Amino acid sequence: MKIAYYPGCSAKGSSLDYELSTQAVLKALGIQTVEIADWNCCGSTPAHAVATDLSTALCTRNLALAARQGADLIATSCPSCLSNHKHAHVRMQDPDFRTRVNELLDEPAPEQMPEMTSVMQLIAQQCDSDQIKSRVTKSLTGIKIAPYYGCLMSRPAELMQFGDPENPTLMESLLASCGADDILDFPLKTECCGASAGIPHRPLTARNSGRILQLAVNMGADCIAVCCPLCQMNLDLRQKQAGKAEGTKFNIPVLYFTQLMGIAFGCDADSLGLNKLCVSADRITDKIHALSTAAKEAAQGGKA
Amino acid sequence: MNETIDLIRSKDPTFQQEVEAESGQNISNCYQCGNCTAGCPAALDYDMMPNQVMRGIQLGLRDKVLSSQAIYMCLSCSTCSLRCPNSIDIAGVMETLRHMARRTNKVGVKRVEKFWLSFLDTVRTFGRSYEIGTMALYMLRSLRFWTDVDLAPQALMKQKLGLKPHVIPSKESVEAVGRIFKRYQERAKREGVRP
Repeated sequence: MKIAYYPGCSAKGSSLDYELSTQAVLKALGIQTVEIADWNCCGSTPAHAVATDLSTALCTRNLALAARQGADLIATSCPSCLSNHKHAHVRMQDPDFRTRVNELLDEPAPEQMPEMTSVMQLIAQQCDSDQIKSRVTKSLTGIKIAPYYGCLMSRPAELMQFGDPENPTLMESLLASCGADDILDFPLKTECCGASAGIPHRPLTARNSGRILQLAVNMGADCIAVCCPLCQMNLDLRQKQAGKAEGTKFNIPVLYFTQLMGIAFGCDADSLGLNKLCVSADRITDKIHALSTAAKEAAQGGKA
Repeated sequence: MNETIDLIRSKDPTFQQEVEAESGQNISNCYQCGNCTAGCPAALDYDMMPNQVMRGIQLGLRDKVLSSQAIYMCLSCSTCSLRCPNSIDIAGVMETLRHMARRTNKVGVKRVEKFWLSFLDTVRTFGRSYEIGTMALYMLRSLRFWTDVDLAPQALMKQKLGLKPHVIPSKESVEAVGRIFKRYQERAKREGVRP
């Protein structure tokens, strides 16, 4: 199966760390993807908020490029890119709408275009739990993780096909395969962080993100694991703003799930972009290192 | 939405039909349970609650609904659609209302639209979005020059925001994306709607 890869714009800027860690994890697991040459922005929220045909035309250009590249499937890390491309795929089945979108494109969209999926689902589809376990050199055992998906990865349910739309568990499965044994049943895992309202209407994003951070802290999480570039930015870069909204100061690391997997696979910090995190993940990496070293010593001691 | 509304004078019987045709949703199915409002993560910033928007459509309150801030503050998180016991895609309805409002030049929260247009300007120019460009254009449009300046030092230090735009490597592709926008804008002009 030929798998194309769509990084999305954040991957080149605000979520370079997600991109780096995604590539590191895919490489470690031997999953090969080819980036779609000359891909463009999906238009994100602004395009679909303004006009459905504009958003669909932008996405269709990418789907058509992947089709011409001979791809059977496209993977992307970003839930917003994923949602837009999936919507485009479905909407193009309506002949009248398709005509309107084709009018915006240089050439009409091909009849057959590959589906898009999330990198998280791709990993789960390509590797079973044992294959992931076999890559682990530093187990995530003993790290208390709050898994947070945000709103787009699992909704709308029939479009995203991501399990229970209010209680997805795929991230937990992947992290558990990396040894994580203390993953919280996090009630706000699919509550919206405030998304792009952070720029035009900060109080909303600060309040929503503040609630999520506060609950993770109250539940004693060592870190929050995320899968969306915008959620990560709101919870990490905007953590001080969220703290002000809650009348407190937060200091909790917010890592991409791929960064946690990469740490477990023994990838070095630079290759996972850990230095890009605003709230340092040092205490997480130190704890993982200390616990896994102790476990190894105990195992060796047991053998001797 | 506490003021008195003259239902006889302001009722527009075609409004519900138009919303239903464009959104593909049956608005009559809403029986005001309020689940949409209860779960909405942005409702605290709405002038009309999501269930009031739905009721407003049923009552034919075209101006009231299309001029609302709510349809511009909606985050499109789809929680309302998921929890609606009558399976109405309320988030889809909100999006339809946003499109209808813009077509008639009704922009309930101007700075939200300014943010969208600033973002799309960078996509039109470079083929990919450009964070600093979006922020600069947004500040110029909204005159809110203090927007997120508190984040700038850390964002720049961590190289969270690339100073240079992320341009598609091939010039031909940048132009191809530019043409999508050009055709879209020309068509909007032809159809007499806000691009």
